[in-house]
Amino acid sequence: MEITYKQNKEKLTVFLSGSYVDYDNEEEKSILYEKSQSRTIKEIVVEADDLKNWDSTLVVVLCKLRTIAQERKINYNFSSLPEHLSRLIDLAFSVDRKPTHSDSEFKCYLERLGNIGVNAWKSFCRGCHFMRLSWSSIGRLLIGKAIFRKVDFLFSLEDCTYRAVGIISLVSFMVGLILAFVGAIQLKNFGAQIYVASLVAIGMTRIMGAIMAGVVVSGRTGASYAATIGTMQVNEELDALKTMGISIIDFLVLPRISSLIISMPFITLLADAMGILGGGTVGILMLGISPEEYIKYTTDALNMKNFLVGVFHGFIYGYVIAICGCYYGINCGRNADSVGVATTKAVVSSIVWMIVVTGIVTAAMEVLGI
Amino acid sequence: MENLLQIKAENITIAYGDFVLMKNLNFEIKKQDIFIIMGGSGCGKSSLLRILTGLHSSPTGRFFIDGIDYVHSTPLQQKELMKKCGILYQSGALFSSMTLGENIALPLQQYTDYSPKLIKELVELKLALVGLKGFADFYPSEISGGMAKRAGLARALALDPEILYCDEPSAGLDPISSKLLDDLILDLNQSLGTTFVIVTHELASIFAVGSNSIFLDTESKSILARGNPKELLNNPPNEKIYEFLTRGKKHG
Repeated sequence: MEITYKQNKEKLTVFLSGSYVDYDNEEEKSILYEKSQSRTIKEIVVEADDLKNWDSTLVVVLCKLRTIAQERKINYNFSSLPEHLSRLIDLAFSVDRKPTHSDSEFKCYLERLGNIGVNAWKSFCRGCHFMRLSWSSIGRLLIGKAIFRKVDFLFSLEDCTYRAVGIISLVSFMVGLILAFVGAIQLKNFGAQIYVASLVAIGMTRIMGAIMAGVVVSGRTGASYAATIGTMQVNEELDALKTMGISIIDFLVLPRISSLIISMPFITLLADAMGILGGGTVGILMLGISPEEYIKYTTDALNMKNFLVGVFHGFIYGYVIAICGCYYGINCGRNADSVGVATTKAVVSSIVWMIVVTGIVTAAMEVLGI
Repeated sequence: MENLLQIKAENITIAYGDFVLMKNLNFEIKKQDIFIIMGGSGCGKSSLLRILTGLHSSPTGRFFIDGIDYVHSTPLQQKELMKKCGILYQSGALFSSMTLGENIALPLQQYTDYSPKLIKELVELKLALVGLKGFADFYPSEISGGMAKRAGLARALALDPEILYCDEPSAGLDPISSKLLDDLILDLNQSLGTTFVIVTHELASIFAVGSNSIFLDTESKSILARGNPKELLNNPPNEKIYEFLTRGKKHG
């Protein structure tokens, strides 16, 4: 149905008759609003004697007319509306408080840039403080004063070892395979494809095995830490621990850090072995190197120093992944959305910090001649 | 109009696997009723609400909405029937990544062809109805628990539902917020003619808004009493009802 109106000198009478369900005639509404805002109009009257059905779309129009009348301080008469409709409009106008929104003020480019820098520095300091807390906690563990449940440690250990074996083996095998393929392309030009075995052995044991294990564990275990602890934050479980006087670092972070720093060196060794196996598959099956030759060149290339460097990387990555996962979980917001954000941040930051740490460790080893 | 039947439940059983909470529940809810489902903790009130809203299936029985058998309807028919219903969850269940305005606009965008301008106006109207005028740009994390409940109610009202299911609407609210919410329910019931089905054990709310009720009893796994809560208090059919409605007082 359409809304009709009649102007009689200073009075605007709006006629409602029939059914107004899903009423969405924008043109008609804007003309009506324009008319009611005209300076000549001093009173708005609604005649609704023949009104039958209506829904919220009509209430919107009537509320707008009343708002216009109130803003212009002119009279309005809605008394012919059905009682329940009239009551609904009154209800919509019953609370008229202005919300106070913490709108961010306009900031100039330089100020915003400065804020980004300050926030990044604060975030770095918070991260350092968190690491210091974790070291204190490890210290308490070593002197037998840390409180945590053994079952949490064992569950965490199971999650990052036994349950992760399949995916780490597969990824490392494929990386070894790719490394062998890529190496073979260049080495073939010099008739030196036999050195694929050495390339894969050194590459995997020194760094690639640790990195691939780190990336997989970060996406799997680190994300799970952030999500679990983040959900605990949403459910106020962290608050409960704090109010019970239990250190959340000892209770939640320590079992996770210790399980990862214990398991990561072994996971790295597994990744090394699977990578070498992947390289061997390419060397033996596709490059025509005999198994005996491949094994000989591999064992010649392997040395304890490279193994230890790889294992050391794994150890450091374990700590980095656990710290990132737990830090973002504990600093998670209090809604469902923030758990997702915390998980993403944990994975991204752990991978970034793994690369940064690799750079630092590599440079340090170069200086030390290792 | 006032005495027409809105919901009819026949032989509803509430069960989780082999564990039966309630069996053979039969009740009727009239149009414009404020129907209270009450009972002790763990008696299956919320589970019954989940059955009536199609979130959980009952191993036996069926229920009708406006005379249409929901259980034996096609998924499309069930979807149409559910369009008549709004649901206010215990925590408000607002989507945290959306503003209050976006939360309320979502069902309107999904189920109507309204223009974006009209949707915006309707969002403002619904927020005004629940006393949250001007809060459309706020996120759920920026408002209090009571406001989140009211915002949840505004979202439940978005499509002008004929039936509004409320799960523990006053749980976790202070007495004043709880009273305001009760008043709002009464106002909406009278002005929109909405039928309310409310799960609660808040006695103040039960007496303030309830026009009809059922009392679920864990022991007998059935409805122990039915009727207007105030009448049940004045003429309790048994000791258990009296104890429940008087916070543990003994009858006589």
